[in-house]
Amino acid sequence: MLTRLISYLVIFIGITTNSFGAEEGGMPQLNPEYWISQIFWLIIVFASLYIVLSQIILPKISESLETRKSQVLQHLEQAEKFKEESEKKIQEYDNILNEAKNQARKIMNESRKKINQNISEKKNQINKEIEKEIYAAEEEIKILKKNSINNINKIAIETSTEIVKSIMEVELNKSSISTIVKDVSKKKIEKYLW
Amino acid sequence: MATNPMHQFNVHRIGPEIKLGNLDISFTNASLFMVISSLTILILFFIGTRKKSIIPTKVQLLAELSFTFISKMINDTAGSKAKPYFAFIFSLFMFVLFCNMLGMIPYSFTVTSHIIVTFILASFIFVGVTIIGFVKHGLSYLKLFVPAGVPIILLPLIVVIEIISYLSRPISLSVRLFANMMAGHTMLKVFGGFVISLGLIGGWLPLSFSVALTGLEILVAFLQAYVFAILTCIYLNDALNLHH
Repeated sequence: MLTRLISYLVIFIGITTNSFGAEEGGMPQLNPEYWISQIFWLIIVFASLYIVLSQIILPKISESLETRKSQVLQHLEQAEKFKEESEKKIQEYDNILNEAKNQARKIMNESRKKINQNISEKKNQINKEIEKEIYAAEEEIKILKKNSINNINKIAIETSTEIVKSIMEVELNKSSISTIVKDVSKKKIEKYLW
Repeated sequence: MATNPMHQFNVHRIGPEIKLGNLDISFTNASLFMVISSLTILILFFIGTRKKSIIPTKVQLLAELSFTFISKMINDTAGSKAKPYFAFIFSLFMFVLFCNMLGMIPYSFTVTSHIIVTFILASFIFVGVTIIGFVKHGLSYLKLFVPAGVPIILLPLIVVIEIISYLSRPISLSVRLFANMMAGHTMLKVFGGFVISLGLIGGWLPLSFSVALTGLEILVAFLQAYVFAILTCIYLNDALNLHH
């Protein structure tokens, strides 16, 4: 603003004090001596500047800008592609991971089941075997018990005959002894037998 | 007279006198600085476009930034129809900018501080824009002088005002640039003269003014080139896209 104001003032002073200025003092701008020369050289210089700029330099600049733009776009596209690909890969990876987890779980469950089955089977078997053994043992015990009763009777008869023999020096009838022993033992043994 | 602030605007012949018929077209210091400005532009842009690398060098970046700056300015003010005139406006802006900027170098000559130079540029723009307007729109380009929505009673007055403002475009365009450049340089010179005349004791104040003014003048040099180019775009916009 200030410069413009002063400029108008300067022009005014220039025009009023020395209109169409002489060499010194006035405004050389208003001296028409070299106007034609200035117009001529301005046209030549500006025209050549315009031609060189418009024909050689500006196309180059716009070309380089275009290539940069297209290259940037290309790179962006590529980046987008890579991003998509990587996302896909991540999904695939996740899928695989999930599958693997599921499989692992399945395998674990199966193996647990198998093991449980095995264990229960083995338990059953063992139980059965144990029962068998117990049964067999019980049977044996029964037999042994029965036998033992007989044996006890026998032994009792023998010992009693021996005792009677040694005390009374009389040989007793075996059958009478055995009937007595059997009578007694029956009464007493019943206590020990179940 | 070195102390005369207007002395710096003197045009003098360099080398022999060249005559074209009756006309004196001798090479002057003004012509020399036109050539220097153009060569500076061309050299800068040749360096800037030598290598077209994806990651630009500094000069390349400068060239490309100025390219996008001007193309954005044209696109914003005159729309996409103005694309064919891009090279002209680009050259115009660069020429004016470099003439202004080179004028800021002490003892150099400011081409744009001469009314004849700016007037030729402005009238070329004026004539060109008018021709473009008539070629694009025919006689309906005259509608430019008849704004829409004006009461009929006021219309004669408005049309006269519009025509005067249209015809004064080259004058305002050229005087704005010329006066700004001349005033700035004159002021710099005046303050420079004060520094000398006030001597070692009193000279510091005008010297500081001079320094500040130099910064201001560099700003003005850029701003006036920009204003010159953007007004050209606006005139071009009137011719290309008839709004009224």
